[in-house]
Amino acid sequence: MTTVAVKPATMAQALTRAMRDAMAADPAVHVMGEDVGTLGGVFRVTDGLAKEFGEDRCTDTPLAEAGILGTAVGMAMYGLRPVVEMQFDAFAYPAFEQLISHVSRMRNRTRGRMPLPITVRVPYGGGIGGVEHHSDSSEAYYMATPGLHVVTPATVADAYGLLRQAIASDDPVVFLEPKRLYWSKDSWNADRPTEVEPIGRAVVRRPGRSATLITYGPSLPVCLEAAEAAQAEGWDLEVVDLRSLVPFDDETVCAAVRRTGRAVVVHESTGFGGPGGEIAARITERCFHHLEAPVLRVAGFDIPYPPPMLERHHLPGVDRILDAVARLQWEAEG
Amino acid sequence: MTVMEQRGAYRPSPPPAWQPRMDPAPLLPDAEPYRVLGTEAAAKADPDLLRRLYAQLVRGRRYNTQATALTKQGRLAVYPSSTGQEACEVAAALALEERDWLFPSYRDTLAVVARGVDPVEALTLLRGDWHSGYDPHTHRVAPLSTPLATQLPHAVGLAHAARLKGDDVVALALVGDGGTSEGDFHEALNFAAVWQAPVVFLVQNNGFAISVPLDKQTAAPSLAHKAVGYGMPGRLVDGNDAAAVHEVLTDAVRHARAGGGPTLVEAVTYRIEAHTNADDATRYRGDAEVEAWRAHDPVHLVERELTARGLLDEAGIEAARQDAEEMAADLRTRMNRDPELDPMALFDHVYAETTAQLREQRALLRAELEAEQDRHDEQEGGAR
Repeated sequence: MTTVAVKPATMAQALTRAMRDAMAADPAVHVMGEDVGTLGGVFRVTDGLAKEFGEDRCTDTPLAEAGILGTAVGMAMYGLRPVVEMQFDAFAYPAFEQLISHVSRMRNRTRGRMPLPITVRVPYGGGIGGVEHHSDSSEAYYMATPGLHVVTPATVADAYGLLRQAIASDDPVVFLEPKRLYWSKDSWNADRPTEVEPIGRAVVRRPGRSATLITYGPSLPVCLEAAEAAQAEGWDLEVVDLRSLVPFDDETVCAAVRRTGRAVVVHESTGFGGPGGEIAARITERCFHHLEAPVLRVAGFDIPYPPPMLERHHLPGVDRILDAVARLQWEAEG
Repeated sequence: MTVMEQRGAYRPSPPPAWQPRMDPAPLLPDAEPYRVLGTEAAAKADPDLLRRLYAQLVRGRRYNTQATALTKQGRLAVYPSSTGQEACEVAAALALEERDWLFPSYRDTLAVVARGVDPVEALTLLRGDWHSGYDPHTHRVAPLSTPLATQLPHAVGLAHAARLKGDDVVALALVGDGGTSEGDFHEALNFAAVWQAPVVFLVQNNGFAISVPLDKQTAAPSLAHKAVGYGMPGRLVDGNDAAAVHEVLTDAVRHARAGGGPTLVEAVTYRIEAHTNADDATRYRGDAEVEAWRAHDPVHLVERELTARGLLDEAGIEAARQDAEEMAADLRTRMNRDPELDPMALFDHVYAETTAQLREQRALLRAELEAEQDRHDEQEGGAR
């Protein structure tokens, strides 16, 4: 599990490396999407792939998300492993019918005879100053569709490791890339990438005894920052990184909540109908007698994603998380 | 040569220099639907092919009436009949080589069966014991697609993948006139043309999308004309003339296999029955129209041609009828058996590896089934 830190790599670089290594290892892996070829993607995540593997392996498609995913279905039927890029979260919506009516169901429809090993990469979330349609957190839509895996990395090592796993998976994976972490750096060695926990396992990123923050993707660094700040208040917060919303790791989450007795779920997605409701319900169903307080949610407001000059008021920040922690009925203790 | 080179560059040049990329004239469909039967071209039609088409058409017509009857008896949840459209269904299946792929919609059970899929397995979706019954790889037939036109990009992707792998496989995708209004129709045709994918699109224009006639569906001169906008040829054919549909599709398949790219074929036909058994066609069309189309029946057209050329006599007609009756009897017998249902299978193929959550839900259903069985056993015991 040890890695020699050479020079810091960004999450974007780790994702590129994951695709490059997957393409080198398996000729069936094809990358496709808008601007992924010559340009290397609007976030440069596919940089160099077309040059190294040719345009047939890393293809600039026409600008049509349903067509991109729909043709990827046919390619997967013929034995390829398409890695599809949806340019932005909100631009993935035209592909919903293909995703929901076919991608998620084909294995089940054909009783396992026609699996669709497709990875759908979706840059998601806000905090990058994007104008409308460039900052959505769409994970709840995907989570509500049986047959899809929904995965989101929050660290550089996970970006590489989870994407390799997603591409190798025989099931369709919606791979949500937190775009405000694209340029986050970590001492990660591209030549000796660390093994990471499999898809479906959550990881405790910070141990703690007072309360558990449960989060994923773009909100992980915010939660870790909140946990540092909480020390001043005398709280020792635990932080769980879900990594995978589907399958959901009840075991790790519940073990954490049983240890601390208090939990706050943190995400950018709207609170109403968002992942936090499901997570809070699962914790309550499984750990009720270990809870000292109701499970709280810190989420984006139930509003259309705000314009960039106002988005800081929407995104869960350290203060809002600490306020929630303060409301965890501490007075009832002792 | 790459696909891009093959199609030639198309970049805006500064004004006033501008040239269309290609001459659109060769892409245009004929003014009239292409016909073979009842024309001079019929004399050149291969007798063996006509006989094969005839046998399949007779079977296909019988399959439609049998499936409709099974629906009335409650053996099928629903059946969208292709009566009147058998020429398209049969010709589509016969125009393909074994290595090719067929992408059917929900009204294309006949094409699926003509391709070799077991007639009972082809009806699994419509019986409702599962969403699809056959292994798509065995006869290279995709599952029947219910959401309109969504199967078209699949056909394009598969054809593209085959070409990337160096296989000379062609995909034939079926869609109706209503389906041409869907976005996926547009995206599939555009991708196919840009990639020069070896795919053929067959639009069965049967006049209606459930109740809505074609003139409320499109303002295009014909559906075949839509091809021109994508840079592929459009062909217009009489969809009740099995020989004509077969010839046009065979040409398009050959063209695609040779690297010539996709073709859009519009077959003009008519849905003789209502949309499904649940529909009432008298609310939106008159008997006279239906009767006019019955006079242009796809089975009779081939029968007349074969008889006129002395290639079919009463005994031949009777033999074809007998063969179709045997198929129908077998279908009846097998469909009258209750399908074997396994509720636990609901959880088996959601993911390659099941999840902890599905394991819990599976256990819940198992417990419910066992409790149901216990109650049943108790009642049985009490009755005795």
